[in-house]
Amino acid sequence: MSNASAVLDMPEQGFAGLETREAHAWFGNHHALSGVSLRFPAKSVTGLIGPSGCGKSTYLRLLNRMHEFIPNSAMAGEVLLHGDDIYGESVDPAAIRLKVGMVFQKPNPFPAMTIRENVISGLKLAHIKIDNENDLVEKCLTRAGLWKEVKDRLDASGGSLSGGQQQRLCIARSLAVEPEVLLMDEPCSALDPGSTLRIEETIKELAEKITVVIVTHNMQQASRVSDYCAFFLSDGGPGVLVEADQTRKMFTNPTDTRTADYVQGKFG
Amino acid sequence: MNIVAPVKREMHVVHSRGDKVFRGIVTAGALTSLIILGLIGSFLFARGAQVFSQYGLKFITGTNWSSSLDEGIASEFGMGPMLVGTIIVSTIALLFAVPMSIAGALYIEFYAAGRVRRILSGLLDLAAAIPSLIFGLWGIQVFTNFGQNWAEFLATRLGWFPLFNTISDNYGRSPFVAGCVLASMVVPITTSVAREVYSRTPRELIDTCYALGGSKWGAIKTVVLPFGKSGVVGGAMLGLGRALGETVAVYLVLNLNFRYTFRILESEGGNVASLIATRFGESTSEELTALVAAGFVLFLLTLSVNMVASTIVTRTTRK
Amino acid sequence: MSDVTIPQPTRPWQRKRSEVARSGASLALVGLLSFGIVLFTGFAGVDGWAVCIMLLFIAALIYRGRKLSKKERGNATVQLVITAAAVLAFAPWLSILGSVLYKGVVGLRLNFITSDMRTTVPDDDLSMGGALHAVLGSLLMVSIATVITLPLGILSGVYLTEIKGRFTFLVRFVVQSMSGVPSIVAGLFIFTTYNSLTNGPSAFGGALALGILMLPTVARTSEEVLKLVPDDLRSASLALGARQWRTTLMVVLPTVRSGLITAGILGVARVIGETAPLLLTAGSNSAFWFNPAKGPIASLPIYVFGMLQIGTEYAVNRAWTGALVLMLAVFALFFTARKLGGKDKR
Repeated sequence: MSNASAVLDMPEQGFAGLETREAHAWFGNHHALSGVSLRFPAKSVTGLIGPSGCGKSTYLRLLNRMHEFIPNSAMAGEVLLHGDDIYGESVDPAAIRLKVGMVFQKPNPFPAMTIRENVISGLKLAHIKIDNENDLVEKCLTRAGLWKEVKDRLDASGGSLSGGQQQRLCIARSLAVEPEVLLMDEPCSALDPGSTLRIEETIKELAEKITVVIVTHNMQQASRVSDYCAFFLSDGGPGVLVEADQTRKMFTNPTDTRTADYVQGKFG
Repeated sequence: MNIVAPVKREMHVVHSRGDKVFRGIVTAGALTSLIILGLIGSFLFARGAQVFSQYGLKFITGTNWSSSLDEGIASEFGMGPMLVGTIIVSTIALLFAVPMSIAGALYIEFYAAGRVRRILSGLLDLAAAIPSLIFGLWGIQVFTNFGQNWAEFLATRLGWFPLFNTISDNYGRSPFVAGCVLASMVVPITTSVAREVYSRTPRELIDTCYALGGSKWGAIKTVVLPFGKSGVVGGAMLGLGRALGETVAVYLVLNLNFRYTFRILESEGGNVASLIATRFGESTSEELTALVAAGFVLFLLTLSVNMVASTIVTRTTRK
Repeated sequence: MSDVTIPQPTRPWQRKRSEVARSGASLALVGLLSFGIVLFTGFAGVDGWAVCIMLLFIAALIYRGRKLSKKERGNATVQLVITAAAVLAFAPWLSILGSVLYKGVVGLRLNFITSDMRTTVPDDDLSMGGALHAVLGSLLMVSIATVITLPLGILSGVYLTEIKGRFTFLVRFVVQSMSGVPSIVAGLFIFTTYNSLTNGPSAFGGALALGILMLPTVARTSEEVLKLVPDDLRSASLALGARQWRTTLMVVLPTVRSGLITAGILGVARVIGETAPLLLTAGSNSAFWFNPAKGPIASLPIYVFGMLQIGTEYAVNRAWTGALVLMLAVFALFFTARKLGGKDKR
């Protein structure tokens, strides 16, 4: 099985500064991800697609140093942010996570906090001083597409919202620390179709300012939302990157036959 | 066409002979347990009511406990100091035990490496199994030497604080030392419950804290502690229940004196259980009834604490 | 065939060897300095040591921490406080285990479990006398208590899970409440009823008092264990045409056999160290006989308690040895219960 080294045509905005070189990941002795090299384009949405179990989520967690929380995990290769290896010796992982944020699959606002407190929780956790709390809360909730619905009940509990609203609150919370990159691990898979579409709109708006990397199972979602796609596959062994290109090209005229089979629904 | 509403049919359960015998035996067994345990409760209640109707509320608030064999002098039974003593010693125990339990539970769950965690878990279970007698033995023979130094330190440096004021130089068998020994008995229970609750904190919430750039303490403060709050309270109350009813350890460590005192560093104090233990031997039947009533009061106290505790604990562990 | 060489897995987030070594070295340095301070200032005792070490540690960390950000300093401080408090929490048990072992092993000779105190005085040398009477007394009373409470407790558990009759709530409520009975109150109850009727302490009285304390534990554990049996099992048996009593006896109970034994073992472990109730109901003795209805009887906890009250050197030694035997018994019971509890996992 050959690994494609993805040289994506960078858009005019250029390179996002985030790339991996020959990244590997292990869980104990199980080799989960093999030799992924990818450079992410700036201010756009890159979708990581592929059948389940191919290491997409594992790869995502390498990017913001969340992989190491799993017991007995290991990695190899380099993950570079603006040229510096984030796994370097004196690197503070928390600082990396401020620049590379993450939204999880299941919406999880902090239950013991109000909506307002949820939004600024990231800044409190990082001990960052807040100059104007109200402005910040409004800005983040607007960017997440939630402001109009909650602006009159900012002091309500975070758990009082619907599933889609909770996920947008989580997005707002991640935006508050002003990351350069936002990683999203199947953010819509626990939501109904209506909420899903609204969040996809939000994602496209977010991508005007920051880089978004989204893992998705849903090919239609990938074609709706992403500008670029990276296709992961595993043949029983570790997951590898098969092909990465602009979304339009991946879905209409992919280079690799396996990609063509997947996007046509022949497996997965 | 007329649609007739269906008529529900009775579904009888007719037990076979064998089943009837079986059910009879099992029910008899359960009822026997019920009767035995209920007997105790009602016996205590009856005696308690008897004494209360005789002495009124003074039984709890009165300060004198004297039994008299003479016809001329009336006996007086007031368990006030003992009740207060029980509460004081248990409170001291909880004050020490709860922070240590929270810290211990957090340490095991979040800070300890794999092998250390397994060893500490095992140690925790063992500690919960150690009988009170051994705590008392250790308390009087080993711990008192330390405890009295600390008590002395508190009395000499912080003696202006009314609780720490002392008259004599003798700190060894004080409520403070007894409270410390009780604390070490309470800690295993409370730590186990706290740890159980903390381990149920949803993993995604903790991960989110890290993903937002927080530190380990940030994650604990933001998510784990609020989540585990009620569970820890339940565990603390379970521990309190144990402390309130404790007899032997307190008896061995504390210098028993039947009067009110809030000087926790002074070598005197008491609790209800020790009262019963010391006085039962040579008591008149009148005093015996009073002792039973005292036991009833103690039982009510531990019962209410345990009931509250178990509702809280079952509610939080059922999440 | 691609020629990709797979690199070695690494864990760059783990503490480096050099850093661990440096921590170890600073720990040793702190220990040495504390030793020096203790020598010079006469800060006595183990707690003096501990305070010294703590203070020096804190000083060292403050020095190291002046380069860190506020958030990291907070995190490190909290880690120190939590670790220190955890050590403080675990220290007493280590001290207890250590003391019991160290002080008890002195008197642990063969005569300790082969002879009793009929002809020796507690003050005699440790090669004379023993605790045989106490051990046998405890065994006798606990056995009687188990024979009474194990069936009752299991039947109660079966009633609550299999029959669920009219008294369910009452039975459960009473069992729950009575598990909070202070041990001395249980003893007092037996003292005022059974013992007055039979004129004095006896093994039966002690066994009854222990039984009162055991019953709730056995009943509750039995119920919990029975609840774990999936209903599908019962449904399958009933669907095959078996009657309820057959289902319970031949399907449900065998499934949880080790769980029920565990319930019994836990009950025994709970009461084997109880002193207060025996103080009131069984008294103490220096010899042992088999008649449970006649006269006071020794038991291991009372033995320890009594020796402690006497207070002379050899007596206290005997107390520690008795405590050691008691603790070994309790631990053995708990390990057995743990092992058995694991067997039920399907």
